[in-house]
Amino acid sequence: MAQTVIDTANHIAAIATKAARVQVIAAYPITPQTSIVERIAELVESGELDAEYIRVESEHSAMAACIGAAAGGVRTFTATASHGLVLMHEALHWAAGSRLPIVMPVVNRALGPGWNIWADTTDSMSQRDTGWIQFYCADNQEVFDTIIQAYKLCENEQVLLPAMICLEAFILSHTYMPVEIPDQEKIDDFLPPYKPGWFLDVNNPLSHGNIVSPDWYMEFRYMMQEAMENAKRLIPEIDKEYGKYFGFEHGGLIEKYKCEDADLILLTMGTIGSEAKISVENLRKEGLKVGTARVRVFRPFPREEIRKLAENKQMFSIIDRGISFGMEGFLAEEIKASLCNQKDRPLIAGFIAGLGGRDVTFKTIEKIAEKSSEWMRAGRVEKETVWVDLKE
Amino acid sequence: MTVSIKELSKEEYLLKGHIACAGCGPAIALRLLFKALGNKLILVVPACCSSVIPGPYPYTSFAVPVQNMLFEATGATASGVVAALRRRGVKDVTVVGWAGDGGTFDIGIQALSGAAERGTDFIYICYDNEAYGNTGIQRSGATPYGAWTTTTPTGKKERKKDMAFIIAAHRIPYVATACPSYPMDFIKKLRKAKEIKGTKFIHILAPCTTAWRYDTSKTVEIGRLAVQTGMWALFEIEYGKFKLNPPSSQLIDKAKRKPVNAYLTSQGRFRKLTEDDIKKIQKWVDEDWERYHKLASNSASDFGLYGKI
Repeated sequence: MAQTVIDTANHIAAIATKAARVQVIAAYPITPQTSIVERIAELVESGELDAEYIRVESEHSAMAACIGAAAGGVRTFTATASHGLVLMHEALHWAAGSRLPIVMPVVNRALGPGWNIWADTTDSMSQRDTGWIQFYCADNQEVFDTIIQAYKLCENEQVLLPAMICLEAFILSHTYMPVEIPDQEKIDDFLPPYKPGWFLDVNNPLSHGNIVSPDWYMEFRYMMQEAMENAKRLIPEIDKEYGKYFGFEHGGLIEKYKCEDADLILLTMGTIGSEAKISVENLRKEGLKVGTARVRVFRPFPREEIRKLAENKQMFSIIDRGISFGMEGFLAEEIKASLCNQKDRPLIAGFIAGLGGRDVTFKTIEKIAEKSSEWMRAGRVEKETVWVDLKE
Repeated sequence: MTVSIKELSKEEYLLKGHIACAGCGPAIALRLLFKALGNKLILVVPACCSSVIPGPYPYTSFAVPVQNMLFEATGATASGVVAALRRRGVKDVTVVGWAGDGGTFDIGIQALSGAAERGTDFIYICYDNEAYGNTGIQRSGATPYGAWTTTTPTGKKERKKDMAFIIAAHRIPYVATACPSYPMDFIKKLRKAKEIKGTKFIHILAPCTTAWRYDTSKTVEIGRLAVQTGMWALFEIEYGKFKLNPPSSQLIDKAKRKPVNAYLTSQGRFRKLTEDDIKKIQKWVDEDWERYHKLASNSASDFGLYGKI
């Protein structure tokens, strides 16, 4: 029987490892991810979760152990945040290049200095080129559902790439919400045991990650790009299938809200997407034809859907909780790049908001929308990137 | 346990066509590893000469499954592989970490320490050629005092780490040293390690013709000189009990050891050593042997090197 629990996204992520019948977990604690690894320890030691739990001595080793375990042919999990994630950077490339379907929640937290443990997506955004699939969640139910969906996706032989399930520090990680945990039998039916195509096997000795000359290297990289394109096709299908099984869908690649008749679209990621729905409701009461689109998957980037969304729209306003220094918000960059060959594209403005955990409320978003609507009416974006609520 | 060369398998799992240098000490050691343990093993190989020796894709000259891995990550990766085997119910396969001295003494010491502390059930072998060989002979934490490398052009000014004892301090059940010049000793230790549960660490001095500057025909001889002079001692620390192995066990008496000069003058890398340097090295070697003597004549508990939980 499905049951509803009220818990934090971190605990929900731990419960999801049990639901997904994860076989090996290797993890190192970092705030605000800690309650994931603590809860997993309780699940493993109580016997509720039948898995190997490797308490490693760093995040780099966490990812290395996951690589070893996944190459050994079993379903593998870790979780991290912020500095832990960027310490993993080298191993992230190795995991993706090894084509191993590791699933990893990343609790988005700011990078120092100065020390800051609050929400900021620069940590995972700066890992966008590692070959990992990246999901960004808006609530705790989505965290659970996406972990299950991610294993199904990543273990598909047309994909075989690892995935990050990103959730913002404290806003989700430590916030209690009701979450429906489906019946285990149904989950097992949706997500059968992992059957690796190849693994470390003395009866079939293969060299994993052997030296590759310029004669072949490009072909391997091209296959990764193809796998990303396949993932882009499969993510909405898996989300729909999940919806049929369990009643929850999360919009596939992009969750759209009141976009159809809108002139102005607020593009967001993560929890800002939930908040933006409230703003849309309020702004529509004032007569502004506004909608919001939450980009749920950042890699592979949903370029085609962005183009479709841009048809007949006057303006895109993009809110980023992260910054690529010397350029602009990550999402703004990708959306502009996606539209560069489109003839009739909307005006585009980027807004940097909520870095290091500063609140982004529906009021903040309404302010962004009002400024955008002003520029939309004038037919000109005055400032390419606006830092919202910046102290003078 | 005695091992006779006659009973070793004729099967080769280091295949012809590998691209190690002529006279490569690590390649000899690798062949002996396969002779000792057969092919029911999984190798975890970080960045080192052995990530190149098999040759490029789509070929490999290692006839066992290999997980090539990041430079610093051998220990952690092995923990993952061992966990996966346990999950799959595989019981008759040995996981072997096969790393150079850079990947063990320096960049990989953290992951190795972690794996040892966790008691990961695997054999970690450091094949030590006392420099970063694969990148063109730069100094490592294993490079001995006075040795030339490309980053110590006038000779290294610091001493080598005592790696076997660093790992022994992790209270693992088995630590040993070896050298491919004494194949039976090495094979015996590998077979013993295979039967022990937990983390096993074997430190091999693996002479490197390219880095050490000697003729490619002399690899075995150089290894013997290292042992005969006492620059390298063959020993085991089994459940905390220290024991010298032959021929090192016959060399406690200083008079039986050749002077270090015999070893140092056999290699171009020590060309710039002064008389004073050689005296210093001789003194350090003698001090090491005093320690070995004390360790060998006391019980394990006197040193707290191992304690069953």
